Amino acid sequence: MITIAGAGLAGLSSALELARRGAAVRVFEANPSIGAGSVSRFAGGMLAPWCERESADEAVVTLGAQAADWWGRITQVSRLGTLVVAPTRDSAELTRFSRRTSAHRAVDQAEITTLEPALAGRFSHGLLYEQEAHLNPRMALLDLAKAVKDLGVEIVLGTKAPAQVDLDCTGASASVTDLRFVRGEMAILSCPEVAINRTVRLLHPRIPLYVVPRGEGVYMIGATMVESTSTRPPTLRSLSELFNAAFTLNPAFAEAAVIETGAGLRPAFPDNLPRLVKNDGRLHFNGLYRHGFLLAPALAVQAAQLILSETSHANHRQSNTANH
Amino acid sequence: MQFYGVDVSSRLLLGTAQYPSPAVLSEAIVESRCDVVTVSLRRETSDGTGAGFWDLLREAGKRILPNTAGCHSVAEAVTTAQMAREIFETNWIKLEVIGHADTLAPDVFALVEAARVLSAEGFQVFPYTTDDLIVGEKLLDAGCEVLMPWGAPIGSGQGLRNPDALRAMRAHFPNVPLIVDAGIGRPSDAVQAMELGMDAVLLNTAVAKSGDPVLMARAMALALDAGRAGLVADPMDRRDMAVPSTPTLGMAELG
Repeated sequence: MITIAGAGLAGLSSALELARRGAAVRVFEANPSIGAGSVSRFAGGMLAPWCERESADEAVVTLGAQAADWWGRITQVSRLGTLVVAPTRDSAELTRFSRRTSAHRAVDQAEITTLEPALAGRFSHGLLYEQEAHLNPRMALLDLAKAVKDLGVEIVLGTKAPAQVDLDCTGASASVTDLRFVRGEMAILSCPEVAINRTVRLLHPRIPLYVVPRGEGVYMIGATMVESTSTRPPTLRSLSELFNAAFTLNPAFAEAAVIETGAGLRPAFPDNLPRLVKNDGRLHFNGLYRHGFLLAPALAVQAAQLILSETSHANHRQSNTANH
Repeated sequence: MQFYGVDVSSRLLLGTAQYPSPAVLSEAIVESRCDVVTVSLRRETSDGTGAGFWDLLREAGKRILPNTAGCHSVAEAVTTAQMAREIFETNWIKLEVIGHADTLAPDVFALVEAARVLSAEGFQVFPYTTDDLIVGEKLLDAGCEVLMPWGAPIGSGQGLRNPDALRAMRAHFPNVPLIVDAGIGRPSDAVQAMELGMDAVLLNTAVAKSGDPVLMARAMALALDAGRAGLVADPMDRRDMAVPSTPTLGMAELG
């Protein structure tokens, strides 16, 4: 039996990969329900490795390129790509973004209008990342839990993991060297007047914004990046900047209902890339930073392979001992 | 070169915001060969919740110059400075009092007032100011022993928009350390600041937002070396008439 602490993204995706390889798995989750304690509930749910490459390491592309396929087997994934636009005043931002990323093509005003009629006439140039996708994080986590259970994995809710586990996926609660936290603030808007189909990123020198459609006129907008462990609600400054940026995208957002605002702490290592590390005699899977849905699949595969190879070695040693 | 009696060998003061990751920042700090790094203390982190990132900075082993970035009033800047002193255990403070949200131009009136309050409280103030001589004098009167005139608006990368004003400042304040703060976009801007006789430059975005921050940090360090050496070596003056660089006397007689 392989035991995992934490039924968030890291824990559940690892459980799935272990179970797919035939392992018996039990996952402990201290919170009473799936997703309640997971920072992924504040995520955008973008599967956008090529856009992220603008400020992230190449590993984000190599590890994240297959994420949309992985999630497509588990939950609903919208594969309409990402549209990146900038106000005319900030067109230099678009040039820079284009230079520093790949797998995109330029789109003009006419094509932007075809792709996203809600943005008609507002932006003369943009970039389309056709291979990118997005999902609904909260639904995806529940669908992942269901997929895991369907493979016979036991998820024990409301129960702290025992002292000895094979894999620690407790994120912010874990004790791992070099882990820090990057605060992110987001909001969820209901605005049926605006119909946006795909993830839209608005470039801005100060407040880059992304809008991720959740369907039925609901949008997630985010997200700030603050080097802080504060979990207090979003600040007025952050929200007013996010809302202002949304307003730039389409003035009809002014009439949106703010359904929810929230702030989450993203665990991160100094290079902002996730890691599998041995610490205190257990394997930790942590540091997903702002790339949880994007990188969890690739790291889960690595974690499963690592755990199973070590377990089989241990079994092999045991049987050798028994023979002698 | 000394700032408030502290010997500083590098002419680069490096900002620590907006890097792709702390790991890249650490490498950039090394390549920049800087002695001083600036850290902004924001409301979001004032309760000590930025500790993880600060620990990484302390590990870099550089002298920390906390700043009051984003403050818009005397009271806000003074409070932020007091919190910074407690957290970073230093009397140094880079004083920013922003007067205009779009240009991020300093509010020089509030700046002078905040400098006076903080100097009286024992702070050693590094004021982010304009290139105005009279403001410079008022800041010195308020207790500042360093001036940090802007080259261009923060984060604009426009270089030195008014080199004549900086030259005048150098002549007007021959014995005050002058640090060009803000506006540096490229290594050539840093060279120009050195050639104008500035003592140092403070920059952040030019390195952090370049395609390769580590390489750009190195480029900036080299630029400062080149610019300073160029100044000390007493460069030739410009002139209108061409002067052959090879002797014209005693030319070979060809037949």
